[in-house]
Amino acid sequence: MSRDRGLAKVDGVIEKEDVVIEGVDISGSWNRMLEPRVLSDYSTDTMDWITGLEGGESLRWCYQCAKCVPVCPVEHVGSYGPRKIVRKVQLGNNLLEDPDLWLCTSCAACLRVCPKAVDMTRIMPAVREQAVLEGAIPQELAAAFENLQRQGNPMGEAARKRPDWTKDAGVEVPIIGKLKRPVDVLWYVSDYTSYHPRGKDAARAMARVLTALEVDYAILGGEERSDGDSVRLAGETGLFEMLAEKNIKALGKYEFNQLVVMDPHAYNAFKNHYPALGGGGDYEVLHYTQYLARHLDRLAPLLETPVEINLTYHDPCYLGRHNGEYEAPRRLLEAIPGVTLTEMPHYKATGFCCGGGGGGMWLDGLVAEHTSERLSERRVREAVATGATTLAVCCPYEPSRFEDAVKSTDNDGNLDVADIIELIARSMRLEGEAAA
Amino acid sequence: MNIAVLIRQVPDLAEELEVADGGTELDREYLTWVVNEFDDHALEEALQLKDSTGGTVTVLGLGTDDIDEALFTALAKGADRAVKVGAVDGPVDSHGAAAAFAEALQNESFDLILTGVQAINDVDGQVGPLVAVRLGLPHVSVVTHIAPADDGTTVTVNQEYAGGVLAEFQVTLPAVLGVQAARAVPRYAPVSRVRQLMKTATLESAAVDVAAAGGLAILRMSPPEGSGHAEMIEGDADAVVERLAGILGDRGLLPG
Amino acid sequence: MSQDIFALIECGAQGVAEGGFELLGKARELAEQTGGRAVALVVGEDVAGLAGELGAAALVVAVQGPALAHFTPPAYVSALKGVLEEHEPLLTLFPNSAVGMDTAAGLSAATGLPLAAYAVDIGITDGHPVITAQLYGGKMNVESKFAGGRGLVTVVAGSFPADAGREAGSPAVETVAYGGDEGAVRFQREIVPEAGDVDITKEQVLVSVGRGIGDEDDIEVAQELAEALGGAVSASRPVVDAGWLPKSRQVGKSGQKVKPKLYLALGISGAPEHLEGMRDAELIVAINQDAGAPIFGTAHYGVVGDLFDIVPELTERVKERAGA
Repeated sequence: MSRDRGLAKVDGVIEKEDVVIEGVDISGSWNRMLEPRVLSDYSTDTMDWITGLEGGESLRWCYQCAKCVPVCPVEHVGSYGPRKIVRKVQLGNNLLEDPDLWLCTSCAACLRVCPKAVDMTRIMPAVREQAVLEGAIPQELAAAFENLQRQGNPMGEAARKRPDWTKDAGVEVPIIGKLKRPVDVLWYVSDYTSYHPRGKDAARAMARVLTALEVDYAILGGEERSDGDSVRLAGETGLFEMLAEKNIKALGKYEFNQLVVMDPHAYNAFKNHYPALGGGGDYEVLHYTQYLARHLDRLAPLLETPVEINLTYHDPCYLGRHNGEYEAPRRLLEAIPGVTLTEMPHYKATGFCCGGGGGGMWLDGLVAEHTSERLSERRVREAVATGATTLAVCCPYEPSRFEDAVKSTDNDGNLDVADIIELIARSMRLEGEAAA
Repeated sequence: MNIAVLIRQVPDLAEELEVADGGTELDREYLTWVVNEFDDHALEEALQLKDSTGGTVTVLGLGTDDIDEALFTALAKGADRAVKVGAVDGPVDSHGAAAAFAEALQNESFDLILTGVQAINDVDGQVGPLVAVRLGLPHVSVVTHIAPADDGTTVTVNQEYAGGVLAEFQVTLPAVLGVQAARAVPRYAPVSRVRQLMKTATLESAAVDVAAAGGLAILRMSPPEGSGHAEMIEGDADAVVERLAGILGDRGLLPG
Repeated sequence: MSQDIFALIECGAQGVAEGGFELLGKARELAEQTGGRAVALVVGEDVAGLAGELGAAALVVAVQGPALAHFTPPAYVSALKGVLEEHEPLLTLFPNSAVGMDTAAGLSAATGLPLAAYAVDIGITDGHPVITAQLYGGKMNVESKFAGGRGLVTVVAGSFPADAGREAGSPAVETVAYGGDEGAVRFQREIVPEAGDVDITKEQVLVSVGRGIGDEDDIEVAQELAEALGGAVSASRPVVDAGWLPKSRQVGKSGQKVKPKLYLALGISGAPEHLEGMRDAELIVAINQDAGAPIFGTAHYGVVGDLFDIVPELTERVKERAGA
């Protein structure tokens, strides 16, 4: 697709020089609206090109009703929304050199309200894939892709060190390759949970909780690779497939009943995208909140210690809106004695994206240049405004994003950020040096 | 301009480096291999020159470990030919690499040969000058700027010194340049294109012997001693700041 | 083969460069052990007069010719090849600079003499040189010796004390005329970077940022601390390459060498090329998330932690003290 097309000239305007209707003079530009103007005045090449890409078809269905605009989180911090994207495409902008291509976090807030089901979560990755093929991607994103290629995680840390967090988990964390027997639950730990300091806090909490519940579980350890869902949404389909193949091959070696994941992005990948690549099979994919909610009858009695906090809960886009799970996390929070849950104005299906999805974790520099504040900062301010003093999350992208936002919005001391699993572990007295 | 780019793989420093039992080399069991970052810059600079002035880019990769994927990646980035030079387990020293490259280049004719200025395992010096002198060609290392003359017989290059001072040279081609930094960040090669090329493209091979040739006997390899290690300040942010402020105060470094 | 230790002494407009004294001092120390002479090699158009600064050498060999007025690799290699082949020193030391890298590697190929690069230490054991090199981004030391017992060494700047080689005197001088022309590499001109607003080599306090600073906007955190301490912000190469700070702020092998009273390394891993630029600072404090970062081997004090947690609070503390 040629990138040197300018915007189409608006030259199909029809106006009559001399029009007087019922005594009112509407000559010249005043009568433009009386004449029909259809989109065929503009070249449809760019629209045709995008809608010809697999996943891009729905862009054409948009009739500019603008229901998407007030719900798009990026619109709150900039000038954005599917409607703007559609208009740009109509006017000949194929987005390959437009930063707007990279601002969408694929949160699906637009899709939820769109009467025509225009699906940005499929359109943007399709166009981004073309940008990737041209090598026209932001450098910070390329760096993350290169790390993922080399070491299977976006930080570029050694793949071999992925299970290093287990060394001070306080409990034994079985690695299925060494266990050499089937397990009930294969716990997929994911990138940030394995490598990031705050992620490791959640990992340790989860390991201790699973042990206390006497769950028969194991992790993949060094064989685990990034699930790749955000890579897919950022347009590097080849890399996503490569990561998926590695994970599918590793999983295929072992027998287990359930795949329990920390990360809603991994949940989305394993549940919705891996089957087409040969993954999936006779195991159930569950987010950890779903798994624990299912076992609440055994978990609740162990939640002995009250955790006296007034908290609010952030629905992760990929667990909530994308996969319809709003209740399991809330059931867990409500089971913890002492917890008061106050909802934010944007909650459940209207939850407000933290900005990490769709590759956003690796586009911070670009996003910061084109928005008035980060989505995570806006969300933190919304959380603080509820009067809550803790923001509960259950996606590993979030603790670091929100904690950074707490600092950058000068809310240090006003809001703690905690993964639900950490709160559960706290109530079970499993935090800190104490272990099962 | 027909450009050759010489690339080698080095251990990825993200991995823990351990010394093998003999005590003189790295334990290679858990090493992962990446293209020397400066060689990536050399390739990018070559592709930029091709984009702006035309010609071809041929990548020669020393035939160690996973070099195949690196060669397909170079093709995915836009190189025209990829040649695997010899075949050997594990890296060889710079003299060995230079000898192998020189032999592979004997029957070729390039206007410009680019390689990375150095690599993390250059125990016996840098490949660029070693190849150049073997081939009887002029060489300049630590190059940060390459501009071909209109008639294609010379290039103007900048060599970088301390303090950011540069020397501008005019170099008669053919010549070997050791690239410090390309004019742009090395471009990204999409995985799908690399995988596509792995199925459709063929790598050439240069049948040369590859062996260490540096004339150095390695006596011992070991991580640097912890001695001379910093005194570590422990504790939470408050405790650390308290201590640091104390240290600075003691040394008269706090204003006021 | 002689037991002499030769050293290529880099010179600039101001005479002998600091690094030249470092090599000469070491050459003298080694020569005392081998029973040979420390010989200073100077190369240029008219450099024999520098001998007065090179009292630490027993002999100065001045290789002179119009083509050598400015460093060009092939001419230097060509000029020195004959000298080395005639004198057959036990060791020839070169600085690990652009000049040294091109010349040493070129000479290694031209003479067949082995080359040990990135040396941080040299010793003599049983009459043989043993070289300790630092490789793999500073993560591994490699000790080696030459098959055949003699060879060339490139030495990382700052490995040896300059004072050991700084001595006025009147050593013997041998001049060697180089009649060759420049050949295929011709010097055109020198390009000196514009003086930035700040000369970091003159600052007493440097708050230096590396890759760990994350992005351009966050440099402000370092700027505030620098201001509070009455110093300036400097950076490692990646930050300058990214365009977040001008070249004049770069510390390291291809930047500036600095010796401030306080060097705060924030999010700098400590690759050898950077250490070269700051290891002589009086007080080095490093903050890095990675407990294994090589910077901790050079710093006097270290903190494994998030600089964004520590630095703003430290700035507040410093301001409080100043205000008090």
